[in-house]
Amino acid sequence: MSIEIIIQQAINALSLGSLYALLALGLAMVYSVLGLMNFAYGELVAMVGYTIYFSINAGVPYGLAAILGIMVSIIVALLTELIAFRPLRKASYAAVLFATFAMSVFLQNLIRQAVSPRPRGINVPELIDSVIKIGSFRISTLSVVTLVISLVSMGLLVGFLQKTKSGLAIRAAAANFEIARLLGVPANRVISLAFMVSGLLAGIGGVLWVSRIGGITPAMGFKPVLSSFIAIIIGGLGNLKGAVVGGFVFGLLEVLLQVVLPPSTRPFIDAFVLLIVVVILAIKPEGLVGKKAESKL
Amino acid sequence: MIETQELVAGYGPVNVLQKVSIKVQPKEIVAVIGPNGAGKSTLLKTLVGLIEPRLGTIRYDGKPITGITPEKALLLGLALVPEGRGILSGLTVYENLLIGAYVEKNKKIISERISDVYARFPVLAERSNQIAVTLSGGEQQQLAIARALMSAPKMLMLDEPSLGLAPNLVQKVMDLLCDLRADGITVLLVEQNITQALAISDRVYVMSTGKILFEGPSAKFIGKNEELEQAYLGGVS
Repeated sequence: MSIEIIIQQAINALSLGSLYALLALGLAMVYSVLGLMNFAYGELVAMVGYTIYFSINAGVPYGLAAILGIMVSIIVALLTELIAFRPLRKASYAAVLFATFAMSVFLQNLIRQAVSPRPRGINVPELIDSVIKIGSFRISTLSVVTLVISLVSMGLLVGFLQKTKSGLAIRAAAANFEIARLLGVPANRVISLAFMVSGLLAGIGGVLWVSRIGGITPAMGFKPVLSSFIAIIIGGLGNLKGAVVGGFVFGLLEVLLQVVLPPSTRPFIDAFVLLIVVVILAIKPEGLVGKKAESKL
Repeated sequence: MIETQELVAGYGPVNVLQKVSIKVQPKEIVAVIGPNGAGKSTLLKTLVGLIEPRLGTIRYDGKPITGITPEKALLLGLALVPEGRGILSGLTVYENLLIGAYVEKNKKIISERISDVYARFPVLAERSNQIAVTLSGGEQQQLAIARALMSAPKMLMLDEPSLGLAPNLVQKVMDLLCDLRADGITVLLVEQNITQALAISDRVYVMSTGKILFEGPSAKFIGKNEELEQAYLGGVS
């Protein structure tokens, strides 16, 4: 394998990893505060896809369509909290989990009924969908754009969490929700905030995701939510750093196996990736950067 | 200051508190003692709004405050130092203090309060940027109390502050509570360490299985630990 190909694939792996990390952060955000997985998270990515699709058809430029998509993602995330989480705040863990599944199924079927069960293509602008050539290097613009946008978004998120009062409230609630409430952090506000940030990250990640696959289907949210979920598990549950590490590891594994495995086995790449995930968890059950579960008050 | 009437509260199908009536006067130190599972922690959590009472009333300065949220309780001047201290992992000492003043919007007041607690607890000033869970047990207890003081409470409630501390550190915490009372803060102390609780409190409530068994001036019970424990056991069986 030539050095060029190795570098190109390394950039691809970093790019995919950063995208998984970004998406996983959005899912981990809600998990860290509430201790619950939002299985309707993938539908946020689908909402971004369909918003972009309709916006472009209405003649809206891609950049603006992307921003609209992110806004819809935030709104749907807040609605998920309002409909599936808030009324069940005092209900059992299982009840809320099923409510998020119900939300996911509802949104998928809404798309099937209101739009179409069939896939639709999205014309990604050539500016993104091109290849950068430097000498013998050929790198897809989208890979670079994905990497830059993901890293900048994560940097801004760290700044928000570390430097603002709202960020401090989220970190406090993630560390121990009851203690945060005791200290005057309003439960509803911090939960809404976590869903808002989650929707924003799913929105940005969703735009990059849609640009990558260049099409939409009602069930398109499955792969992103599953990947985010696995990334969180690899990294360590309830730990934002873990989501980022897990996302990069998962992306790296996918690209690595694509390069290394013979073409005839490619349809089974997911199985191989999951096998490696199982091995990682067998060795480190608490995840790569996870700590042993701390008791909450 | 604060008064409950026939308070009933609990979790799920269980009523942990069964008609609990207590009264705390301004600038008193009142102790609540009793065995594990008596409902002492539940009582404190109900007073600060973490648990909603099912029946009964809570009055603060004569006004009913039954069912208020923890943030409103803080704004009224009720602060709780929780059992096990509740130090927030991943946050520094400074950030733990900052979140203690979450309900205060004025940044100048917040930084004044930070200076005040640093003057009272010099060790916290030294460790300002250290991750708080790396502090020793005694330092964590100081941080937990300092954090509660960040909301400038009129009444401080403490849930077993002596738990897990060496005897000399327990003495330090008790001295601190006396200092706070001298500064005009009312103290409601839940303790299993009967001797210490009786030594610093004005009045004591003895609780078992969700009920107040009896109450009275602490001086009356000093040296009668065994009788008190007998009373618990009677309540338990």
